[in-house]
Amino acid sequence: MSTQLAAEVSGNPVLNIGIFGVFVAITMVIVFRASRTTKTAADYYAGGRSFTGPQNGVAIAGDYLSAASFLGIAGAIALNGYDGFLYSIGFLVAWLVALLLVAELLRNTGKYTMGDVLAFRMKQRPVRAAAATSTLVVSFFYLLAQMAGAGGLVALLLGISGKTGQSVVITLVGVIMIIYVLVGGMKGTTWVQIIKAALLITGGLAMTIWVLAKFGFNLSTLLGAAVDAGGANGEALLNPGNQYGKSETSKLDFISLGLALVLGTAGLPHILMRFYTVPTAKEARRSVVWAIWLIGIFYLFTLVLGYGAGALVGPEAIKNAPGKANSAAPLLAQALGGPVLLGLIAAVAFATILAVVAGLTITASASFAHDIYANIIKKGKVDDKAQEVRVARITAVVIGLVAIGGGIVANGQNIAFLVALAFAVAASANLPTIVYSLFWKRFNTSGALWSIYGGLVSSIVLIIFSPAVSGKPATASTPSMIKGVDFHWFPLENPGLVSIPLAFFLGWLGTVLSKGGTDAEKYAEMEVRALTGAHAEKATAH
Amino acid sequence: MTITDPAVGPPQHPAWTEIQQSPEFGSLRKRLRGFVFPMTALFFLWYMAYVLLADYAHGFMSIKLWGNINVGLVLGLLQFVSTFAITMLYVRHATKNLDPAAEKIRKEIEGEDA
Repeated sequence: MSTQLAAEVSGNPVLNIGIFGVFVAITMVIVFRASRTTKTAADYYAGGRSFTGPQNGVAIAGDYLSAASFLGIAGAIALNGYDGFLYSIGFLVAWLVALLLVAELLRNTGKYTMGDVLAFRMKQRPVRAAAATSTLVVSFFYLLAQMAGAGGLVALLLGISGKTGQSVVITLVGVIMIIYVLVGGMKGTTWVQIIKAALLITGGLAMTIWVLAKFGFNLSTLLGAAVDAGGANGEALLNPGNQYGKSETSKLDFISLGLALVLGTAGLPHILMRFYTVPTAKEARRSVVWAIWLIGIFYLFTLVLGYGAGALVGPEAIKNAPGKANSAAPLLAQALGGPVLLGLIAAVAFATILAVVAGLTITASASFAHDIYANIIKKGKVDDKAQEVRVARITAVVIGLVAIGGGIVANGQNIAFLVALAFAVAASANLPTIVYSLFWKRFNTSGALWSIYGGLVSSIVLIIFSPAVSGKPATASTPSMIKGVDFHWFPLENPGLVSIPLAFFLGWLGTVLSKGGTDAEKYAEMEVRALTGAHAEKATAH
Repeated sequence: MTITDPAVGPPQHPAWTEIQQSPEFGSLRKRLRGFVFPMTALFFLWYMAYVLLADYAHGFMSIKLWGNINVGLVLGLLQFVSTFAITMLYVRHATKNLDPAAEKIRKEIEGEDA
C-alpha cells in the first residue's frame, strides 16, 4: 500500500474532493429546507408519511445499494467472476419476501419501528426491549461495515494512506451524517437517499453503456475479454465455484450465505422503517415494486461493470490497488473516462456511504427513543411528543459518535463480511418473529422472545467462534478479523444455515411450551388492520 | 397501543373479532394467503435450487450455450426475470383481487366509529 501507488490510482484528489463537496453542499441545502416542515414525531421518524411510492422506492434503492453492494459486488465479479454474481441474485430475490409477506402488513399495523409490529399483540415491554436490542445490534454491524468502507475508500480515492488521515475522513463522514439526521430527520435523510440513488444509478448506467460499447454491445465478447485478461485462471471466471467451490465446508458456507442474503433483507430495521414514510399500504407496495426494478437493473449493471473491470483493468492491477477488490469500479471509471469520471464515481461512492449511514442512524435512534424511552422507560405515557424526538436526536448523536469510533477501529476489515453478518443476524433475530406475528394466530410473547433472543445470541456466538473471526492464516484472501490466535470451532463463516432455522424452531417451541395464551381479540385487531388498512397511521398534513 | 396514542384506537373499539370472523374478511384473507404463500414457496425453492446447482453442479453450470454465455449465467439472469415477473403478477393480483375488498371493509370499519 505505498503512497505512490495510492496517488497513481486516485487520479486527482482535489477534483475528487471538489465533486464530493458539491454533493454535500446541495444535500445540506435540501436537508435544511426539509427541517422547516419537521415538527412532530411522525415528521421526524417517518417524514410525515408524505412520500409517494415511487419516491420511497428510489429512497429504498438508495438505502439498500450500499458501498458493499456497489463496490463490493463489482469487485467480487472482477476477481472471482461468477461467484460474485451470486451475491446480487440473493440481494435481489430477497425483495420478494418484503413484497409478498411484510411491507404492506407492516405499514398497516405499525407507527415508526419494527417493535411496533412485533409488540402489537404481545406484552409490550419485554417484546419491545427485544426488538430494540436486535435493531440496535443489526444497525451497529451495518454501520460498522459502512464506516470501515469509508476508510478504505479514502485510501483509494483521495490518496490518503496513513491511518491518521483516514481516521480524520471517517470522522468527517460521521459528522456530516449526524448533521443530516439531526437537522433533516427522516425527511432530510430520505431526500439524501433519493439524490444518491439517482446519481448512483445514472453513473452505473453510463459506465455500463460505455463498457458494452467497447465490446460491440456483445456480452459474450466482453466475457471473452475478461477471460483473456484473467490469464491462467481466466476461464474459471465464467463458472461457479471460484470462491466457494474449494471444499465441502466452503460449499456449505455458500448455502449458509445464500440463505442469510435471501431472508435477511425483510428483517433489516432500516429497510422496514422506510415503509412508514408513505401514506398507505398501497404506496408501500408501489415503493417495493420501484425498489425491485431499480435494484435489479442496477445489479445487472454491476455484472457488466465487474467483468468490464476484469477485462479493461485486469485482476492483477485490481488486487495490487490500495482498496483491493473494492477498487474495481473506481479503477474501471478511471480507465474509461479518466480523472473526471473517477472523481464522479468517487463522489457517488462517498455519497452512498453517507446516505446509508444516515438511514441506519435514524433507525437506531428511533428504535431507542420510541421503543425503549417512550414505551419502556416512560411506559407509553409520554405526553410530550417533543420530548421523545429530543431523545431520538440525542441518541442519533451518540450513535454517530459510536459509529465514528467503531469505524476507526474496524478500518481495514472486510466490508462484505460485516454486511453478510448484519444480514445473518437480521434473518435470524427479526424475520421469524415478523412472519409469525403477522400470520400465526397462536404465536405469543414467549415465542417472540425465544425467537428474537435465540436468533440474536446463536448468530452472534457462531460468528465469534467462526473462522471469520479467528483461525484463518493471515495469507488467506480474506483473513480472520483477529490474527495470530485460533479459538474457532464453528466451521462456517456465515451462521445463517444454523441460526435461521433455529430461530424459527425456537419461536414455535417457545409458543407451544408457554402457558401464557394468545390474545385472540388483539390478533383479530392486528389481522383485520393488517389486511384492510383500517385505522392505519395517516399522513400528517402541512 | 390504544393507551399510548388515542388517535390509533378510538374509545369505542370496532368489533375486531366479529369482522375477522365475517365471510367477507375470510375471503380476503384466503385470496391474500392463497397467492403469497404458494408464490413464496415457489420463488424460495427456485432460488435454493439455483444456489445448490451453482454450489454442487459446476459441470452443468459451465456448459457453454452461445459464445461465452453458459448455463450458469442464463439461470442467474432467469432469477432476475422470475423476480420481476412475480412482482408484476402480485401487483396485478393485489389491484384486482385484494384492494377493492380491503377498501370496502376498511370503509365499513372507519365509517362505523367515525
